[in-house]
Amino acid sequence: MNGIRFTRKQLCIPYALFLICFVVAPLLVIVYYAFTNGEGQFTLANLSGFFSSPNTIGTLAYSFAIAVVTTCVCLLIAYPVAYILARSNLKRKYAIVMVFVLPMWINFTLRITALKEVLTVLEGNLAYHPFLNSVIGMTYDFLPFMILPLYTTLMKLDNSLLEAANDLGANRAQTFFKVTLPLSVPGIISGIVMVFLPSMTNYVVLDMLYNSTYIMGSLIGSYFAAYDWHNGSMIALILLFIILIFTLFTNKYEAEDAGGRGGALL
Amino acid sequence: MEKNNTNSNNIIELKNITKIFDDSFAAVEEFNLEVKRGEFVTFLGPSGCGKTTTLRMIAGFEIPTSGEILLNGKDISQMPPNKRPINTVFQRYALFPHLNIFDNIAFGLKLKKLPKADIVKKVKKVLEMVDLEGFEDRKVQTLSGGQQQRIAIARALVNEPEILLLDEPLGALDLKMRKEMQLELKNMHERLGITFIYVTHDQEEALTMSDKIVVMSEGKIQQIGTPEDIYNEPKNAFVADFIGESNIFNGIMTGKMKVRFCGAEFECLDDVEHGMKIDAVVRPEDVIITIPEQGAIKGEVISVVFKGVHYEITVVSGKNEIVIQSTKAAKVGDMVGLLIEPDGIHIMISETAQNNIETGVDKNYKLEILEGALNCDLTSIIPNSKFNEDEVLVDMHGDEIDTGKLKVIVSILPEDIEMSDDEDAGIVCGHIMNLIYKGDHYSYVVRTDEEEDFIVDDEDLWNMDDRVSLIIPEDKIKYSLKK
Repeated sequence: MNGIRFTRKQLCIPYALFLICFVVAPLLVIVYYAFTNGEGQFTLANLSGFFSSPNTIGTLAYSFAIAVVTTCVCLLIAYPVAYILARSNLKRKYAIVMVFVLPMWINFTLRITALKEVLTVLEGNLAYHPFLNSVIGMTYDFLPFMILPLYTTLMKLDNSLLEAANDLGANRAQTFFKVTLPLSVPGIISGIVMVFLPSMTNYVVLDMLYNSTYIMGSLIGSYFAAYDWHNGSMIALILLFIILIFTLFTNKYEAEDAGGRGGALL
Repeated sequence: MEKNNTNSNNIIELKNITKIFDDSFAAVEEFNLEVKRGEFVTFLGPSGCGKTTTLRMIAGFEIPTSGEILLNGKDISQMPPNKRPINTVFQRYALFPHLNIFDNIAFGLKLKKLPKADIVKKVKKVLEMVDLEGFEDRKVQTLSGGQQQRIAIARALVNEPEILLLDEPLGALDLKMRKEMQLELKNMHERLGITFIYVTHDQEEALTMSDKIVVMSEGKIQQIGTPEDIYNEPKNAFVADFIGESNIFNGIMTGKMKVRFCGAEFECLDDVEHGMKIDAVVRPEDVIITIPEQGAIKGEVISVVFKGVHYEITVVSGKNEIVIQSTKAAKVGDMVGLLIEPDGIHIMISETAQNNIETGVDKNYKLEILEGALNCDLTSIIPNSKFNEDEVLVDMHGDEIDTGKLKVIVSILPEDIEMSDDEDAGIVCGHIMNLIYKGDHYSYVVRTDEEEDFIVDDEDLWNMDDRVSLIIPEDKIKYSLKK
């Protein structure tokens, strides 16, 4: 009975070490590079450079547009799918869920290569539709991340609430817009968070589709490829800041609106 | 079609309502009920008896498999819930968590596109009625269970429904709160004059609140009546057992208004045919304890439990156990005499004394029940019939008898069936669905895997839902032809 006992603090040590080595330290390095120049002196030139360069601002706007469109497309496809899966009495419900989740089990490279072949057959030359292809590629990649939180939220939706709305005079459409949709907001937000942010930065998908489209991720990548760590770090930092604001906003909204219920995954 | 033999005092009538789920499970069977305008009707029964399903059919959440629901003489059984002038108070309230109290209550009114000022006025009025003035801006989550309950009632009543349906609305409240709400609901019903249909499994709640109680079991109505009727004149052993405490004894009529049970003869008030086998119901408060010499039944006290207002005393006499409620205590081990006044005995004709199962006959002349395990000689029950050279059953003229039209009734007495927990011991397996203690034995209902119900008498105590195998001796089975 005299086995070794760990206190909570001791149990935290492995994670704290990991955190320091791979999160805090790199972050500090990024901050250091972002605010210094090639000679190692403090400067705000990288920051002002970002906002004064039409190139970077344009890329930011373009990535934002791709992310918005991708997120909307994902939401429009995922919501009906999640709704049908969660609310209907389909016998093979889980099999259908698997159909949507299964692509995630296939190697990423393989998946995108397959998509590329399909798109080439359909479009002839991939270079003609860079924006469309970006959206298709990202939607294909991120759709399950939208479906799953929506599915869990809709699954948990109390059926008696829908019956209550129906009982009080709402038809099916009214019940959907007045009860189902508002109550699935936490799931929608989780889905947006999980799709929007990666689609601003995940340029690997685009690269693999032989896409010339430049998004924030590509920009950072190209700076680092050119050994300009200072500008690259600054853009990464700005992106981090945008994500931070976004997450704070959505967390606050979730906590306020849903009273802690629903399928928030973050 | 209109007004065909419908009574205009009846707000709603259920005619031959049957609901079958998944093509096989009959949740409600042949349900007939008339509800008068302004009545407080309660569906009472154990869980799974079909009471909630019936309520949901009135609300419109379920469509009856067959039968009619007449609201003011018009069939509404196919009408969607949002078109019916009926509102429901749900078991777990079902308040919308994303809306505040005002918006919850105003939900129905807003859909009707009422002017904003009217909505505000109506919500305020109904909140006053449930004693929650000024709660408009509160969030659902900040309310206690009792308050949520009142909001749920307010949300339904604000629409001024013709009928208010309440599905076990007090089930989630604690005892004290429940008692308060019972009286409050009853007052509300009297003030508003709206028809209430209430579902509960709590017999006390039903007796306290209702004008009319519908006792249900296994999808069927067992009895409809006022609380007094149901309590004093239960129609069968199920009702007697379910409503209040009761002693149920197997007995026999020994003369005009004379009955014999527990080894003694009693006078009673029910005039039942001489020699009939009956169930006698005696409420524990109707048994009088006296000295052994004066009692009709003599027995020994085996337990005394103090219950607050009274003592619950159990007396054993021969093989029978009798439960008595008395304000006077007795000592365990005392010999006592028991008296029962004629008006304390209620006689029920035991309709369930025999298992009569109707079955078809398949092409090989085997009975369709119990997977052909029964050997019934068809020639013995069909007069003048015989098997010809080709093993075909023919009648007196030599014409083939169509087995598809034959119906055979298989009769077995409950005491002839034995139960075993060895699955292979009997000819059929089933689960115990119901059990009633009858003084010296238990009466069980065993439902087989093929949904046949058998009544089995056994002296040993088995548990609800026990899986048992039924041993039915061949020579005790009687067959007859259904005319």
